[in-house]
Amino acid sequence: MDERTVNALRLLPDYLAQHVLLSLVALALGILIALPLAVLATRHRGLRVTTLAAASLVQTIPGLALLALFYPLLLGLSALSQSTFGIGLPALGFLPSVMALTLYALLPVLRNAIAGLAGLDPAVIEAADAVGMTPAQRLVQVEAPLAAPVVMAGIRTAAVWTIGAATLSTSVGQTSLGNYIFSGLQTENWIFVLFGCVVAALLALAVDQLLGLIESGVTRRERMRVHAGLAGIVIGAGVALTPLAMGTPRAYLVGAKNFSEQFILAELISERLAQEGATAERKQGLGSAIAFRALASGDIDVYVDYSGTLWTNVMERRDSPERQAMLDELTRWMAQRYNVRVLGALGFENAYTLAMKRERAAALGVHSIEDLARHAPRLSFGADLEFLSRPEWKVLKDAYMLNFAEQRSYSPTFMYRALQAGDVDVISAFSSDGRIAADNLELLSDPKHAIPSYDAVLLVSPRRANDPLILRALEPLIGKIAPQRMQEANFMVDRDTDKVSPKEAANFLVRAIGIAGR
Amino acid sequence: MGRRSRGQLGMAPFIELDRLCKSFDDGRTFAVHDVTLQVESGLFVALVGASGSGKTTTLKFINRLIEPDSGTVRIEGEPVGMADITTLRRRIGYVFQGIGLFPHMSVEENVAITPQLLGWPQAEVATRVNELLDLVELPRSYASRPPSGLSGGEQQRIAVARAIAARPKIVLMDEPFGALDPITRDSVRSSYQSLHGRLGLTTIMVTHDVQEAVLLADRIAVMSAGRILAYDTPRALLSNGTPPEVANLMAMPKRQADRIRALTEGKPRDNAHG
Repeated sequence: MDERTVNALRLLPDYLAQHVLLSLVALALGILIALPLAVLATRHRGLRVTTLAAASLVQTIPGLALLALFYPLLLGLSALSQSTFGIGLPALGFLPSVMALTLYALLPVLRNAIAGLAGLDPAVIEAADAVGMTPAQRLVQVEAPLAAPVVMAGIRTAAVWTIGAATLSTSVGQTSLGNYIFSGLQTENWIFVLFGCVVAALLALAVDQLLGLIESGVTRRERMRVHAGLAGIVIGAGVALTPLAMGTPRAYLVGAKNFSEQFILAELISERLAQEGATAERKQGLGSAIAFRALASGDIDVYVDYSGTLWTNVMERRDSPERQAMLDELTRWMAQRYNVRVLGALGFENAYTLAMKRERAAALGVHSIEDLARHAPRLSFGADLEFLSRPEWKVLKDAYMLNFAEQRSYSPTFMYRALQAGDVDVISAFSSDGRIAADNLELLSDPKHAIPSYDAVLLVSPRRANDPLILRALEPLIGKIAPQRMQEANFMVDRDTDKVSPKEAANFLVRAIGIAGR
Repeated sequence: MGRRSRGQLGMAPFIELDRLCKSFDDGRTFAVHDVTLQVESGLFVALVGASGSGKTTTLKFINRLIEPDSGTVRIEGEPVGMADITTLRRRIGYVFQGIGLFPHMSVEENVAITPQLLGWPQAEVATRVNELLDLVELPRSYASRPPSGLSGGEQQRIAVARAIAARPKIVLMDEPFGALDPITRDSVRSSYQSLHGRLGLTTIMVTHDVQEAVLLADRIAVMSAGRILAYDTPRALLSNGTPPEVANLMAMPKRQADRIRALTEGKPRDNAHG
């Protein structure tokens, strides 16, 4: 079997269990909230209009945005509860995912329950009152059983939506089947992407079929179908959740942003931690801004960031001092301000820089950003998804008066493709990217030093700042990863043929550095 | 006069409607306006009148499906507003045009609903269901069927069985036979009339069919625009001397009866108007 398929299968029990747990809890909470709300809403007209409007509004928010919104909300709540009760809330992972998905599951159940209750034959309701039922008896004996088929249809829709949307929870650090899709997309491991999609779709289909069985049983008043459907769901959930029940020891949480180099480094860190006898859990695909806040608030224990990124985005500085001075100031500031420990620089930079195809640059006579500025009004510029909104871009643009004919955003992989295809003339590149050498690109120099240096640095959360195991495991990496090595490792993952997994690239680094690996 | 005239029993009225008023538009118009009515035990009373005359609203005051704005309903001297609403309704049978059988329950479960709510022992409930199917002249084999498998007339018989299941003394009926075809209507109607007599029920029935009221009722209350225009025996209302609006309404069944009599006596149709 293909090595990537084997890898995907190896990860399946954990991903599936987390995905099922998340979907199950969100759906159950959604039902628990929606049903009483629907009963209240059918009794009070005003409430009906407002709840339906609110639920519909939530539905219009894209799933990814809804998840992202819960992160700052929980951060705020966590700070509040920390100061009042001394207990912080996790702002990443399970909690925000469950909250967002619960809101998502709410609408179909609520809408169908209201429709089901409001659509009952008025004669039957009148009869229920007239024979002397209390409102509660009427609900349980008449309204609920008669509305049940419509409510079940709503639950079915909610289940399918929730299982699909749960793949997005990877982006806020919750393991799910989305891990295949997000990491596969970044490393162009299409087997992973396909695997994630197929498993999520199969799960949704299976649940839909079982709920459909219950729905038909409720409609036809056949107990057998209801029991068979329920049994199927209970057994299925039980099997899927078994890996969680086995229990894993408290793991170190290793964060990674959403590009190949980060995946490789996370594997490298995990490998080193394992070497010291600890277990490591990875939270991958974090947004650039989320990653640092997650570390500062203890949602992840360790990750790699870049000095210039922290300098401009977290410290909000606009100057660009010399490399070592910046590192020293960063280390001091992080310790003082956030109790975050900067363990040290890994030895390579991953600077934001501008790149062109070598022949094109030669033809135009462009070798520096200063040269580029003269041609910019006739050129089109491709940037990664965040570059254009980062302060570095503003500094660079102002320093060189850059003014392109056209600007477009791509995910990194497609940005390089666009440059190759001639869709854009200049791109924002990462200096450690293996594709620079492989695609024969020219990096444009920055004579005005507008862009700061971007040393890769290891950051440790306040909680783990003095953890001897982390120090033992990670200090051997400091200053040991040469730019050449990182470019090679990145290219092993990013190239079109013979690609390897981030884990294998990490093993390559281990061997290259010459520290003990497994 | 009727079978039991007002003076003969010489006791307090069984059901008493006392100056009832109801407006559904904050007092601009009144659906029921100052309705006072006294019904003795064992009577079959029909409330007749055109649509919108307030007869259904008046009926629903009795089992509190609608609450009056002012005025009081008393049963055996006790205001219904003081009673627990579910206890009250379990003591009063209710049959209406919509039938309202519970579609997710069997015939047996429908009929047994009020005894179940009252917590009768299971054995007693089962016996009672058979008894009731006999009373409404349906085969006992119907017990396990869903109501959807029954004809309209059979469904209304089940509704009657459900209404009298817990042995109420009072049965309220709102256009109970209105949706049935004429032959079925006649058969269900006479079945109920005999039940009313045999079980000693007090029945109040809303109908817009004056002929039905005349054939079934001991007393007829004629309603118009939320008021009671007349309350008397059918015979008295059919005789002369009533207000013109009442006389107009009552003339219809009489005219029909005259026409039928004329036809059976062989007179040509044209002369029937006389």
